[in-house]
Amino acid sequence: MSDASHDSVQSGPLTTADGKPLKAALASAQAHRTRRAFYLVAPLLFFVVITFLMPIGQLLTKSVNNPAFYSWQDRDTGEKIPLMVDLRAWFDAHPAGTGPDEAAYAALVTGLVHAKEVKAQGQIGTRINYEVSGSRSLFTKTARKADKLEPPYKEAVLDVDKDWDDPKLWNSMRNASKAFTIDFYLSALDRTRDDSGNIIKADEERAVYILLFERTLVMSALITFITFLLGFPIAHLLATLPLRHSNLLMIFVLLPFWTSLLVRTTSWIVLLQSQGVVNDIWVSVGLISDENRLQMIYNQAGTIIAMTHILLPFMVLPLYSVMRPIDPSYVRAARSLGATSWTAFRRIYMPQTIPGIGAGGLLVFILAVGYYITPALVGGSTGQLISNLIAFHMQNSLNWSLAAALASLLLFAVLLLYWLYDRLIGIDNLKLG
Amino acid sequence: MALPTYASPLERLWYYVYRAICALIFLFLIAPILIVIPLSFNAEPYFTFTEKMLSFDPTGYSTRWYDLLLTFGMGKPDAVRDAAWWSDVWQNAAWVNAAKNSVIIGFFSTLLATFLGTLAALGLSRPEMPFRRVIMAILISPMIVPIIITATGLFFFYSATGLANTYLGIIMAHATLGIPFVIITVTATLVGFDKTLNQAAASLGANPTTTFFKITMPLILPGVISGALFAFVTSFDEVVVVLFVAAYDQQTIPRQMWNGIREQISPAILSVATILVIVSIALLTTVELLRRRSERLRGISPG
Repeated sequence: MSDASHDSVQSGPLTTADGKPLKAALASAQAHRTRRAFYLVAPLLFFVVITFLMPIGQLLTKSVNNPAFYSWQDRDTGEKIPLMVDLRAWFDAHPAGTGPDEAAYAALVTGLVHAKEVKAQGQIGTRINYEVSGSRSLFTKTARKADKLEPPYKEAVLDVDKDWDDPKLWNSMRNASKAFTIDFYLSALDRTRDDSGNIIKADEERAVYILLFERTLVMSALITFITFLLGFPIAHLLATLPLRHSNLLMIFVLLPFWTSLLVRTTSWIVLLQSQGVVNDIWVSVGLISDENRLQMIYNQAGTIIAMTHILLPFMVLPLYSVMRPIDPSYVRAARSLGATSWTAFRRIYMPQTIPGIGAGGLLVFILAVGYYITPALVGGSTGQLISNLIAFHMQNSLNWSLAAALASLLLFAVLLLYWLYDRLIGIDNLKLG
Repeated sequence: MALPTYASPLERLWYYVYRAICALIFLFLIAPILIVIPLSFNAEPYFTFTEKMLSFDPTGYSTRWYDLLLTFGMGKPDAVRDAAWWSDVWQNAAWVNAAKNSVIIGFFSTLLATFLGTLAALGLSRPEMPFRRVIMAILISPMIVPIIITATGLFFFYSATGLANTYLGIIMAHATLGIPFVIITVTATLVGFDKTLNQAAASLGANPTTTFFKITMPLILPGVISGALFAFVTSFDEVVVVLFVAAYDQQTIPRQMWNGIREQISPAILSVATILVIVSIALLTTVELLRRRSERLRGISPG
């Protein structure tokens, strides 16, 4: 692109007009362009790191680190005060499985007296309560009396409450005093530790999480399948109609897509409740009697119906964009060679739509697995998904580390599916309407 | 897909059955959205059509639930409806305040998402962009990662950094959620962008800035506006992050609806829903018109 070289005799490598080797000049121009492209993306990347990646990182940290037992943050000054220092030293000096001796009880009492001074006894009790129920009141009660206790401390503490004898409790305190713990992941997978620290299955009545993960996967798969059953025919119709008509019919798909999620969920509550429109229609045509109105909302059925409706556009749009360019002459050729219309559809048309089925199915499944709002509003008790349990632990039980562990497990599952989506379909091919 | 002349009777039958099935699926898609509109004019506090409504008796219909949207939360709802009454509505009505918050948060988060997203899309569509695939995957991920996970993470992060209970925090979070939509729509517009136009402008003496504003910008503008509308809708409809990181008095329309549905669902919710449906029809129309304009600009015939 430069002017012709002024030197009449050119020896050695090619150079640009200002004497730089051509190769180096090209490389530096290329590097300049690369930097320019990167600078355009950099502000957003920085923004997303702050508002998205760092919060996710904090979530992952929270799932393996809960300092409630050994660190107290002052609400006014933000200063961090270590708690239970002596007891932690005792745990470090004695291996797991050692029964608590007088020194351990003395350390416990010192720790509780200090905790009461900074008003941290509730926080400590709550932390141990995650694993041994009933221990929050045990801690607050004992802390209240701690400064009046006299040696020998073991008897004094056991006098306050003999529950302090429980090896489970001591084991739980030992685990809680570690900076890094996988115990929340164990809980999230229905596992717990026995008295000597071995990992065992949790009791039947506490084992709910694996069941809920399974339910989430099964329901998501079911919803994906139903959206496929409903989405395929209309995507096919839209793809084969002339554009003038299909653009008009596309409104039926796009309007739900653009309508607020809460509006659509509300509509389903209105339609499906026992005094709602659908039940009224059934009763008026005599399909069911007035007394036996169907319960279609606030249960699993309600969640499935509402989520199918909400996720259907995500199935139809990828299917449509794959079906539209399929040349109808292939099917016609098959027919002319003697195939029945069913064979032509199954052997010729269907295989060409597989990329669309994959894209739509994977997208719907990914979105369904993490769904929160609709199950929370219409799910009742049987239609709750894993997201709802995360919210429960965040807002009601306040076991944030367990919520973080459950969220991390869900996140890994979703990222795996996302990676699969990127490999198979490519994120660039994601289309919106 | 007209019925071919060689179709057998069975195929003819299937042709009509198939159309009927499709009609039912379209009904399934659209009916729940349209049903709230007549029901919101119900004179009774029921969620179904009363006898009077079905016989089109005017007394079966009323606008009382729309009125409730204005009066709920007011200081003196029964006063004469003069200027003072309307100023009371503007100041105190719960739904009006929620709408104000929603619009403020939606506007600023859209602005942020559109600006950053368009810039990034311009960079991402350049062939020399390094680590394109990974960066794209990261920037799209807020759309894929379940909202409850994002909200939980933001709750921890905002509590630690002091962004909790602030408008800035919500706006930043909503902008993050809207960014994937902006990137997807703008990149889609840039895919069909004819780069020789830029080179032509440069060869005629325009500097890069002029080229961008005179050539590139007008051509990608429909995509940018569509992306902005998507981002706005995302923010306008977002409830989980608001529930997790906003202060109690930072009510938004979806949050108010959420509370209404969870506690005591009243037909007032249906009147809000109706208004939102009308808003979404308007948005859909705008996006559709923009898409056609973009296709016309780029010389793709709509067929």
